[in-house]
Amino acid sequence: MANSLKCDLCGKPATVHLTQIVNNKIHKVDLCEGCAQAKGVTDPSGFSLADLLLKSSLNAEPEAEGIRCEQCGATQADFKKLGRFGCPACYEAFKSVVEPLLGNMHKGTVHVGKVPRRALERKSLYDRLTHLQEELDDAIKAERYEDAARFRDEIHQVKQTFGEKTLS
Amino acid sequence: MKIAPLFEAQAELTDTAGGKCAIVLTTRIRLARNLTGRPFPGWAKEAQRSAMLAESQAVVADLPQMKKGLSLTVEELLDLEKQILVERHLISRELSSAKHGAGVVISHDQSAAVMINEEDHLRIQVMRAGFQLKKAWNAINTIDSAIEEKLDYAFSPTLGYLTACPTNLGTGMRASAMMHLPALVISSQMEKVVRAVNQLGMVVRGLFGEASDASGSIFQISNQTTLGESEEDIIKRLSSVLNTIIEHELNARAKLMEADSSKLFDKIGRAFGILQNGRLLTSAEAMNLLSLVRLGVDLGVLPEARRLVVDRLFIEAQPGHIQYAAHGAFESSQRDQLRAQFLRTEFANFGPLDFNVTGKN
Repeated sequence: MANSLKCDLCGKPATVHLTQIVNNKIHKVDLCEGCAQAKGVTDPSGFSLADLLLKSSLNAEPEAEGIRCEQCGATQADFKKLGRFGCPACYEAFKSVVEPLLGNMHKGTVHVGKVPRRALERKSLYDRLTHLQEELDDAIKAERYEDAARFRDEIHQVKQTFGEKTLS
Repeated sequence: MKIAPLFEAQAELTDTAGGKCAIVLTTRIRLARNLTGRPFPGWAKEAQRSAMLAESQAVVADLPQMKKGLSLTVEELLDLEKQILVERHLISRELSSAKHGAGVVISHDQSAAVMINEEDHLRIQVMRAGFQLKKAWNAINTIDSAIEEKLDYAFSPTLGYLTACPTNLGTGMRASAMMHLPALVISSQMEKVVRAVNQLGMVVRGLFGEASDASGSIFQISNQTTLGESEEDIIKRLSSVLNTIIEHELNARAKLMEADSSKLFDKIGRAFGILQNGRLLTSAEAMNLLSLVRLGVDLGVLPEARRLVVDRLFIEAQPGHIQYAAHGAFESSQRDQLRAQFLRTEFANFGPLDFNVTGKN
C-alpha cells in the first residue's frame, strides 16, 4: 500500500516536505517538484509559507456546497480560487471556513492591536441616532406626542454632545 | 512628466543618512486598511473602484503629512514613471500593473505613501532611513488615525482590521527592514540565516519584495503574522531578530578580515575599478559592485560620507532611473552602456581607497 504523499497544491506525488515550527506549532506542507519551484521554496531568498498554507488548506477542503456572501456575492469557490475575500462582510459569511485557518496562519486568533477608536465611536453614535429616529417616527405615527418630544430632545442632545461635524 | 517633482525634492530614501547602524539601509512599515460596506479592490466592479479611488484619494491628499505631495492615478502614468515609482519603493508591482481605478498619494519627502485600490482599499506606507522601527511606527500610526477621522474602516473587535487576504488580518501591519548583508553572502551563511529567521516567524525577501532576487546582498526582513499580537510586540520581536542578524553580519565581517583581509580588499578594489572603468554594466552586476563599495565604506576603506552616495546609486542604477536620466526608452544593452557611463561619472572623483585599515567596522 504505502501511499506516498501527494502535493498539497496539485495532487502529484510530493517530493518536497516542509516543516516549520512557529510558536511551538508545527506547520507541514508537502509539494511536488514543480510546485516547489514555482512557489520559490527552493530559493534561499525566501517564500511565504503562510500563503502556501492558506492555499493548501483551501485545496484540501472538499468541494464546498457553496456558502455565499450576501453582501458582495462572492462564493466559497471564489475564495478558494483567489485566496482573497470579496468584501469585509465575507469574514462573517465564511466564518466556518476561515476561522480554522487562522490558528495555523497567525500567532493568535484574536486581535490585540490598535483599535480605530474614532471610527467605532462614530458608528455607535450613528447607530444610536438611527435608533432614536425610528423611535421618534413611530411615536409620531402613534400620536404619542409626549414620547416624540422626548426622543427629539434626546436626538438633539446626542448631536450636541458629539458635535454635528463628526456625523457628516 | 507627472513624477518630475520627485527628483527635485529632498528625499528620505536618497538624501538622508541612516545614522550609526549602517547594516540597516531603511525601515518600512505598511498598514493594510479597508473601508466598510465596499467590496475589496480585487472583487469590485470598475465603477466601484473609480468611486473608491476618487473619494479616498481626496481625503488622503488632504492630510497635513501629504502637504505639497503628489497625488497620482495609475491611468495617467507612463510605464517608465510607474517603473521609477516601483524602483523607489513608492508603489508595488501589483499597483503598477493595475488597469484602472488605482492610485497613490506620495508625501513631499517620499517618506510616506498611500496606495489606493491595491490588494486592499488602502495600503499606507512609511519609510525611514536607517534602523528606525519605532519612529516609523509613530509616524504611520498618526497618519492612520488621521485617515480614520474621515473614513470608516472595516474592523471587527475580534479579528481586527479586515483585509482582502486573511494572512494580513488583525493589525494589517508589515514592518520590515532592508539589510545589507555582504559578509553573510560571501561566507555562504545566508541560507542558514533565512532558515533561522523563518523559524522565528519572520520572512526574508530580496530587494523588491516577493520572489525578487537578492542582488547587491540586500535583503528585506519582515514579520509574517499579523493577528494575535499587538503592533508594539511585533516591532519588538522584529527588532530583536534584526539585532541578531546585525551581530551575525558583523561577526562574519570580522572573520573574513581575520582569515584573509587581502582577499576581501581585493574584491572591493576590483569592484571600484570596474565602476570607474566599465563600459557595460547590467543592473545586477552594478548592484553587486555597489554592495562591495558600500562594504568598503563600512570597513573604513572609503570615507563615511560616501555611504549615502552608494545608497542613492542603488536606486539610480535601476533600469527605470537610467532611462529617465537619459530621456528615453532604451534596449537593455543600451541601458547597460548608459549605466556604465553614469557610474563612471559618479565614481570619477570618488576615491582614493585607503586599505591601511585594521579591523574597523
